[in-house]
Amino acid sequence: MSFDAAYQSKPFNSVGTRPLRPDGVDKVTGRARYGADFNMPGQLVARVLRSAHAHAKIKSIDTSRAEAVKGVKAVVTATDLPDLTDGDPALFAVLDNCIAREKVMYDGHAVAAVAAIDENAAKAALQLIEVDYEILPHVIDVDAATLPDAPVLNEAIFTQGVEPTPTTPSNVANRSEFGHGDVKVGFAQADFVVERSYKTEQTHQGYIEPHACVASCNPDGTAELWVCTQGHFVYRQICADLLGLEASKLRVTPSEIGGGFGGKTHVWAEPVALALSRKANRPVKLIMSREEVFRASGPTSATSIDVKIGAKQDGTITAAEATLRYTSGPYADMWAELGAMTSFACYDLMNVKTVGLEVVVNRPKVAAYRAPSAPMAAFAVESTIDELAQKIGMDSVDFRIKNAASEGTQSSYGPVYGPIGIGPTLEAAKAHPHMSAALGENQGRGMACGFWFNFGGQTCTDLNISADGTVTIAVGTVDVGGSRASLSLIAAEELGISYDCIKAVIADTSMLGYNDMTDGSRGTFSTSMATISAARNAIEVMRQRVALMWEIPLEDVYWEDGHAHAAGTKHGNRAPLSVKDIAAEAANTGGPIAGHSELVADGAGVSFATHICDIEVDPETGSSRVARYTVIQDAGKAVHPSYVEGQYQGGAAQGIGWALNEEYIYGEDGRLQNPGFLDYRIPVCSDLPMIDTQILEIPNPNHPYGVRGVGETSIVPPLAAIANAVSNAVGVRMAHIPVSPPRILAALNDAKD
Amino acid sequence: MFDVTLWAGLRPLADNQKVVRVQARTIWELLRKLEERYPGLAGPIKGEVAVSVNGVIYRNDWSQKLPEGAEIMLMRRLAGG
Repeated sequence: MSFDAAYQSKPFNSVGTRPLRPDGVDKVTGRARYGADFNMPGQLVARVLRSAHAHAKIKSIDTSRAEAVKGVKAVVTATDLPDLTDGDPALFAVLDNCIAREKVMYDGHAVAAVAAIDENAAKAALQLIEVDYEILPHVIDVDAATLPDAPVLNEAIFTQGVEPTPTTPSNVANRSEFGHGDVKVGFAQADFVVERSYKTEQTHQGYIEPHACVASCNPDGTAELWVCTQGHFVYRQICADLLGLEASKLRVTPSEIGGGFGGKTHVWAEPVALALSRKANRPVKLIMSREEVFRASGPTSATSIDVKIGAKQDGTITAAEATLRYTSGPYADMWAELGAMTSFACYDLMNVKTVGLEVVVNRPKVAAYRAPSAPMAAFAVESTIDELAQKIGMDSVDFRIKNAASEGTQSSYGPVYGPIGIGPTLEAAKAHPHMSAALGENQGRGMACGFWFNFGGQTCTDLNISADGTVTIAVGTVDVGGSRASLSLIAAEELGISYDCIKAVIADTSMLGYNDMTDGSRGTFSTSMATISAARNAIEVMRQRVALMWEIPLEDVYWEDGHAHAAGTKHGNRAPLSVKDIAAEAANTGGPIAGHSELVADGAGVSFATHICDIEVDPETGSSRVARYTVIQDAGKAVHPSYVEGQYQGGAAQGIGWALNEEYIYGEDGRLQNPGFLDYRIPVCSDLPMIDTQILEIPNPNHPYGVRGVGETSIVPPLAAIANAVSNAVGVRMAHIPVSPPRILAALNDAKD
Repeated sequence: MFDVTLWAGLRPLADNQKVVRVQARTIWELLRKLEERYPGLAGPIKGEVAVSVNGVIYRNDWSQKLPEGAEIMLMRRLAGG
C-alpha cells in the first residue's frame, strides 16, 4: 500500500459538521429502492419449502406433482446446486444452509424452492412437494448439547483444539484458549473472589427489511443479481462459487438497505434464486417473509458462560477466568472464540485465562450480529466485575478505572495495546452528571464497559470531477449508517469544496474493483481512507493541468484551500484557480479529471465504550422501564457527529431490546415458537428514553484524520449495564438475559422464599 | 529475528510450538517462511490468518514492514457485523 495512512493533526472545515444526509429525501418520500422494489420483465415469483423438523434425514424428495402445477416454471432441490465447494468446510456450510442436502438441521431449513408466474401457483406447488423424512433426536440448548447423552448432530465433528483430538464425535466443534500469567497463583493472592454462571438467549438482528433479491441467469453464462446486502462483492464471489459462475460475469447491484447489523453479510436465499432462474431461464424474485427471516436467517449465539474474578482489598484484580459456550447453529464456526478474545479486553490483568467452546445445535446457522459475540461475554464479565466491586465495597466506576487497560497493557487476547480509549470513557462516566443524579423509587443504576476490535479491509473508490466542477464519488461499501454523507464530507474536506458539490453513489460490482463488506465497523474508516487517497490523486491531476494552463513547472503549482496556487514570487501574480476553473478547461488540458484509489485499510484500531443506565422495576409485575441511558464512546474523529451519535443510540437501543425482552423460544418439538415481531419483542420508540451520547475523540494513529469505526461497540455494554441496573434495583443478581418481566418476577419471588 | 506467537489452533500444525522464531522484513516474508517451515500452515495462512504487529491487527496488508523488536502474533481473521 503506497498511501500513507498515518494520522496528521489539522484543523477541519467540512469534517465534524452536520449536513443533511444525501439519501434522506428518497427515504422519507418512499423513492428509495430497497431489495423488494426492483422488478424485471418476465419475472417469476419464488417460494421456499422449509423443514418443520429440527433434525431429520431426508430420505427422498418428490417434486413431480409440484412441477405439474400450471404456472410453475422451475422447482429446485439440492441436486440443482451440486457441491462445488472443493472441500472448503465454511463454503459447504453456506451451501448446505441455503438448501439442505442429506439432513435438515433446524426448523426452517430450506429443502426445495419453486418459481412460478404468481404467488398462488408457487404456494400451491410448495404444498405438493413430498419430502420423506426420518426424524432424528434434536438438541436446542447450549448446555444440553454438551452432555454425553446429547444427540450428535454431525458424526464428522471431533473437537478441535484439544490434544489429543478426541476419537468420538461431539457437538463441541472447537476449543480455543487465550490468556497469560497463572490464574491459580492469581486467585491465591485474592482477598475476594466472585464466581458465577450466566446464560443469554438467542436473538435476531431484527433488521426491518427482510432479505430480498431478483436473480437473472442468462444462457450465455452471465447473470445479474439485485439484492439487499452489506457486501455485494462478497455475495458475488460466494454465489459465483456455489453456482459455478465466473465472478466477473455475475453483476451484483446492492439496493438500499433497511438494516443489516451483520445479518446481511451472509447469503441465505440468493444462490437458490439464481438456481431457480437458471433452471427457468427467467428472472426470479425471492422475498423472505418475516417468519422465514426469523426461522432461517441471522441469529446470534445463545450462550452459557462461567466467570470467576479475584481481587485484593485495594481493588487490584489478581486473576480472571471465563469459560464461554456459544451455539453456532448446526455448523462449526468461531463465535465462542470471539467471545473468549473480547471478554476481558477492557482490563489490565496479570493473570487471565479464557476458554471458548463452539457448540453445534439444531438452531439456524449463526451469523454475525454487531460486534459479534462480544455483548454476551461483556454481560457475564461486567456483571461479575460489578458484584466484585460491591463485595470489596468499592465504587464500581473506580474499581474499573483502577483495573482499566491502557497503552502498553498486554490484552487478554494477546497483543499489547497502543493508545486506547477505555480509561477516558471511564473517567468521562465518572464525571458525567448522570452518574451522580438522584434515583427514583424502585430504580437502580448500572454501568458497564465494552470492547470491539474493528477492522478495515480491501477498498476501492473512484472520484470523478465533472466539467462544472461538481464531483461524484463511486464507492463499493454499502451505506448502512450514513456513509454517503460522511464520505462526501471527507471528499469536500480534501478537495476544499462544498459538501453540496459532491454526490456519493454505491457502485455495482461491474463498475469498481473489489471491496470487502460493510462490516467490522469499517465502512467510513476504510472508504474514507480510499476517498482521501482518490482525492489526492485527483488533486495531483489538477496540478498537472494548471501547470499546463499557466505554462509553468509542475513543482511551482501547489494546492491549498480548494485552489491551485503558483508558488513563490515568480508566478505570484496569478489568481488561484478553483476546482471549477480547472474542470472547465479539462477537455483541452488532457480530458476528464479523476482520482482513483485501491488499497487495504488495515490498522483500524480497537474501540471501547462505557454505558450508564437507570432502570425502574415494578416489583409486583416484574416489568421494567429504562429511565435514563448514556453512551460514552471513542470515535477517533467524528466525521459526521449526528451519524456517530445515531450509531451510539442504535447500538444501545438494540442492546436494550436484547437485554430486556428479545429471545428465541423453542418448543419441546424443536420448533421456533415466536417467529414474528408480535411475539419477539424489539423495543419501539415509546419503550425508550432519549439516549444521551458523549463522543470522545482520541485519534486513531492509523488513519489520516484519526477516524475509528463506531458502528458496533455501542451494542457491547448494554446487556451488562441493564443487568447491573436491574440487579441493583431489585437487590437480586440477574444472571440470565433477557431480564424479562417473568425472570425478574421469578427472581423476586425466589428471594422472598 | 522475531518471536511469532501462534494461536492455539495453529500449534498442532507447527510441531505444537506456541512461539516460532522467524527472520523477516515484511508480513509477506514472515508468512512465506512460516509456510515453508511448516507446510501444514499453508491452509490457514490462505484466508484464516490475521497478523498483529505491536497490537495493530493486519488482515490483508502483507506489505507491512516489521519494526525491529516488534511483538508479532498470528490470530484468526475476525468476523464483524
